[in-house]
Amino acid sequence: MTCERWLERLDAYVDGELPKAEFEEMGQHLSECASCSSHALARSQLKRGIHQAGKAFTPSAELRERIERTVRPRSSFRGWAWWPQLGFAVLALAFLVGGAMLWPRHSQPGALISELADLYVATLASPNPVDVASSDRHTVKPWFQGKVPFTFNLPELGGSPFELVGGRVTYLEQNPGAELLFSIRKHMLSLFIFKDSPELGRAIGSPGESRQELSFHVESWSEGGLRYIIISDAGPADIDDLRVRIQQASR
Amino acid sequence: MPLLASLYNLAQWLTQNRTEAEDLVQETFTKALRGFDTFQPGTNFRAWIYRILRNTFLTSRTGLRASREVLFSEEEDDAGRGVEAITEETPESILLAAAEHELIATALEQLPVVQREIILLCDVEEMTYREIAEVLAIPIGTVMSRLARARKAMRQLLAQKDRSAHR
Repeated sequence: MTCERWLERLDAYVDGELPKAEFEEMGQHLSECASCSSHALARSQLKRGIHQAGKAFTPSAELRERIERTVRPRSSFRGWAWWPQLGFAVLALAFLVGGAMLWPRHSQPGALISELADLYVATLASPNPVDVASSDRHTVKPWFQGKVPFTFNLPELGGSPFELVGGRVTYLEQNPGAELLFSIRKHMLSLFIFKDSPELGRAIGSPGESRQELSFHVESWSEGGLRYIIISDAGPADIDDLRVRIQQASR
Repeated sequence: MPLLASLYNLAQWLTQNRTEAEDLVQETFTKALRGFDTFQPGTNFRAWIYRILRNTFLTSRTGLRASREVLFSEEEDDAGRGVEAITEETPESILLAAAEHELIATALEQLPVVQREIILLCDVEEMTYREIAEVLAIPIGTVMSRLARARKAMRQLLAQKDRSAHR
């Protein structure tokens, strides 16, 4: 295939819209072709630049109030005709305040762990468990640039029993985070990384604590403003081994 | 960004005017409220409300003017009409320009509204091609070709600016 044909698919590549097989083919070509890879770099940089520069305007407080008045349910209603309006108003108000009120708060310590266990199981059940598939940490880490609001380091796993499978963006309580998938002797381990907050810490449990949830093993700690959680069906010793490697890499 | 903030941001990019943008968002919410029973739960709520905003914009005076550009740019061939094609874009010039928000913002403003809109939906709202197709009510193939043209125009504008800045 000529470079021109590759360049035609570059937009879809940068937008993450190429099917997996083509995505991999493209990755292969980019690693071999300096010209195409510089175009790819320029396009993804421009996409990031637009992403940032495009968030240019914010609604005024008056507009916010106007909209709130619009979406507030009318006091005079005829029959049941106001029901859809009420539904919409609840939804719209939820968006106005940032989506926070649509979801119940997790006040129970550790309540979020079962949600993380769900995310882990969903990842394993997916035919495409990762969006960036690579055992090379220098490929996986930069893939997250502009996708999550923080950066992190991954350990060199050469010579260790672990292998990096890849990563994907995930969400917990509407907060974007990174999910990294590792394998060890046919077991899969998910490492979740989120921006830490006191609420998140409370909802996950005390740092460094190792516990069991639905017979998955979980370990969580906080470092440099980030919350790390490993969850896996592998044994606690393996999880601890991976934690030590990750902590060393992030120091 | 919460929904109101995103809708407002897009509205001001489309109208290029604060008052018009505010009225557009207000009207979008009013229409959405009135038509909420036509929204099918389980379908994409975000795409639905963006489509209302966009259709409302297209029937406004600024939007009607812009919709003439739609026909024009849809028929446009790859010779890059509307943007002077003499400028050669290179990855280097794009890399330099991508670091400058002001350059990007000015280039976005200069794009025809259909091109500006699709770039914003894709890169700022981070919609998938499928969502964009839903919002704009066009096939995915058209999303891809329109996006490709819009980005090409964007790159050429930036290359031009980069060149004049370094002359």
